[in-house]
Amino acid sequence: MSTDTPTTPAPPHPRATGTTALSEGAPAPAARAATLASPPAAGTAAPAASGPAPSLPALVPPPSSPPPSVSVLAGRLWEAVIGGDQVRAAALATGALEAGLEPEALLLDVIGGLQARVGREWAADRITVIQEHAATAVNDRVVALVAGHPAFAAAAARQPDRGRIAVACVDGEWHAFPARLLAEVLMLRGWRVDYLGAQCPTPHLIAHLHRTAPDALALSASLSTRLPAAHAAVTAAQAAGVPVIAGGAAFGPDGRHARLLGADAWAPDARAAAERLARGLPLPATPHQPVDDLPHLADQEYTLVSRSSRELVGAVMAALEREHPAVRSYTPLQRAHTLDDLAHIVEHLAVTLYTGDPELFTAFTGWTREILLARGVPDALLAFSLTVLREQLRDLPRSVAVLTAALSTSAGGAA
Amino acid sequence: MASSSSTATTEREFLAASPYPVVVLGPDGELLHSSRSARLLLEGPATGGVPPWLRRAQQALADGARPDTVRHTHPVAGPVEAHPVPRPDGSTVWWLVVPEGCAGLLPRTAGDGACDWELLTRLSGLLLSSLNVDRILETVVRQAALHLADAAVVVAPGNGRTLRLVTCLRGGDPAHVQQRADPAEVPGLAEALQGFPPVPSRWIDPDATPRWLVPAGFGRVGSVLVTPLPGHGVPAGALVLLRAAGGGPFASEEEVFARLFATRAGAAVSAAVMYSEQAAVTDLLMRELLPPRLEHLDGVDYAGGYRASVDRDRIGGDFYDVHPAADPGGETLALLGDVSGKGLEAAVMTGKVRNTLHALLPLADDHGRVLNLLNRALLTSHHTRFASLVLASVRREDDRVRVRLSAAGHPAPMVLRADGRVTDSTTLGSIVGVLPEATTCTDTVLLDPGEACLLYSDGITEAKGGPTGREQFGDHRLRQALAQCAGLPAEAIVERIQMLAAQWLRDGRHDDMAVMVIAAPPRGHLPVVGERRGHTT
Repeated sequence: MSTDTPTTPAPPHPRATGTTALSEGAPAPAARAATLASPPAAGTAAPAASGPAPSLPALVPPPSSPPPSVSVLAGRLWEAVIGGDQVRAAALATGALEAGLEPEALLLDVIGGLQARVGREWAADRITVIQEHAATAVNDRVVALVAGHPAFAAAAARQPDRGRIAVACVDGEWHAFPARLLAEVLMLRGWRVDYLGAQCPTPHLIAHLHRTAPDALALSASLSTRLPAAHAAVTAAQAAGVPVIAGGAAFGPDGRHARLLGADAWAPDARAAAERLARGLPLPATPHQPVDDLPHLADQEYTLVSRSSRELVGAVMAALEREHPAVRSYTPLQRAHTLDDLAHIVEHLAVTLYTGDPELFTAFTGWTREILLARGVPDALLAFSLTVLREQLRDLPRSVAVLTAALSTSAGGAA
Repeated sequence: MASSSSTATTEREFLAASPYPVVVLGPDGELLHSSRSARLLLEGPATGGVPPWLRRAQQALADGARPDTVRHTHPVAGPVEAHPVPRPDGSTVWWLVVPEGCAGLLPRTAGDGACDWELLTRLSGLLLSSLNVDRILETVVRQAALHLADAAVVVAPGNGRTLRLVTCLRGGDPAHVQQRADPAEVPGLAEALQGFPPVPSRWIDPDATPRWLVPAGFGRVGSVLVTPLPGHGVPAGALVLLRAAGGGPFASEEEVFARLFATRAGAAVSAAVMYSEQAAVTDLLMRELLPPRLEHLDGVDYAGGYRASVDRDRIGGDFYDVHPAADPGGETLALLGDVSGKGLEAAVMTGKVRNTLHALLPLADDHGRVLNLLNRALLTSHHTRFASLVLASVRREDDRVRVRLSAAGHPAPMVLRADGRVTDSTTLGSIVGVLPEATTCTDTVLLDPGEACLLYSDGITEAKGGPTGREQFGDHRLRQALAQCAGLPAEAIVERIQMLAAQWLRDGRHDDMAVMVIAAPPRGHLPVVGERRGHTT
């Protein structure tokens, strides 16, 4: 689950920066998780400067000294986290709890907002990959620490006993932080939670569902390239009789990809997910086949493109080296990054063909361009690569349409 | 002599009453006449009452094919033979022969919904979907209460003197009840719970029905049907259907339907029972083999990550452990290794190696001796497997961390310095479990705050992938990746290495991959607290 509402439609890959290979340095995925979930909408994460979220009744007796406002605390915590000062970060977080800040507000408004900011700062090239990684690690430790705080146990104890929820990231998804926050929030609200973590292989997930029969599976995905894997997990979980609530930037800012893949529910953030789960999800109806959701897969374009992705990457790279002297003189590292970037472009094209949503690819290329511009890299190579790709795939009408749309948007965006 | 029109009428009446299914189709497959029996057989979603297979056969005839018997398998009635008799006006009489019984015996479709094959198929689909016993029992009572009765109860085989009941009122949610009761009070129930001897479903006297069998909130009982769930060697329990007083008795078709439903429910329950027993055994055995959760220990950070070669499995031939020092100020023994082979067999072997090393802990001061004893143990076991590993004895000394490293046939650990330099430790030794003697030379590394030591298995460096799909991840990429991690907390380094290796692989096949980081905490460090409530995995 993403901790805040994505407002921009950009679902790109963390390392997509690759096109940065064109520049240097690879963005880290941990940051992406947050970047993908772009600036928070009102009422959800970060800058709700007005103290504890209004959606919850006051769980804590009035404190003797009022808790610091969320924005003040977030600002102080940011300094500590970005400086790698774990002790200070922990002291700030536990101090806020003891001053009466609701645990849920601490998790979502302060720490969740912080994580989103880490992603934004990275995207704007104001912090490095390593700073971003370290900040995520500190955040993770702070969550582990505050979740062990008595205030958490006390808050959870005040809730009625609810059922059991499995929280997992899609197979191949490394951004566990949003799912982690959701797991903590659900525990705070009285659920028994099995947190299966990042990168949960689907067979393992399904075996878990059969063994424990939870009331629902909360499935998190930040990267749109994980949508085919998410689809497999959604259908398999439903076939096992477990309804699925989907969340995270991969499912689109309005959850349209969650609907497309047949998820039983979608939530834009952890609070909405908790509220939706509290109302109860109906059991999945008669099991259906994955292909029922996506009849356009019959044209095989997805299969063709994803199977030949390595060849496509090779062909585009060869053309780049042929036509652009600058690329010919790349260092081995730059070349490796460029290959990575091309692989991400093909991967996004494939997932666009899978979902049949051309906007997905346009958003990806648009986002990539922004990342490039933030780093002062011209985007001519990107447009060139897309053109070569379109030529390679000229026999596949849907692919050609997607690439053409991306190219025309790119011309408009550059203008 | 009757007029031609009256002949036609007679013919139509004659056809309609035919006990054998017969249809008359026009040249293009349109339906001209049909017997009631044929309508029963052919009824379905097909347009105009003519199923596609028959329409195609008719069109083939119209196109000049030789009249020949057409065979088709009907989903309910089984094999059907259609014998065409062409008529001069271009239409064809098709006589349908159902070898396994006349169409008059076919169930009625729709109507009161009691004997509905489509429904049975749908219910079977729902029953097949789960492998969780409770979930299936809930499905059984929910659907039975919806389609077969006013309320349904499954009495599941429990243990001892309590019975496990799952009850559901029509349209309600299933409830689980533990009940101290004697199943012998209900005729046939005790046998059904034992799974032997087989008993038919039977009516029981509603007034003699014990109160515990009637779900809470259900009024006066009108009729009760007890149907065993046939469990294929595993007792699966019994299904009890209840109707409210005044609801009338169960019709015989309803009883037949209930029996068919119970057959499927029994099969689903027994499969789930067997699956959950197996899964529980596997879980129990696996728990010992899973890599441990690592955390902060005696002033040193540890983090580990593991990915099995088979993504379905969580275990494989790589292993790591951290054994705290026996006395304060002593050395912690961390180790990471790789047993030859992969999958479950290799995992069992890692369990033995880990146990042996655990037992040798008091000797951990002398790595050479530990490795030799392990070597001897492996040589004398009946396994032909061998292992490579790294031992690391770790002690915090003021701000710094001293690590004594001994490799045995394993890649030498890398050391990440605060400034981002990556060096290799110089330890080197032979694998264990092959040669009569195991030799190793130990290297000692000092870590300043923020520095780390990386232990890894060759599954990481030999991961094949990259843009071409054939290139190995290799030492130099691992070194580069590690160099970027300067200043990161231990678990962030592990995550980053794992992630880069996974991205390198993409969807390619790979060996078991294990990494462990031993790190001297940076200043301003926050120890990770122990794991908490609610988390599995």
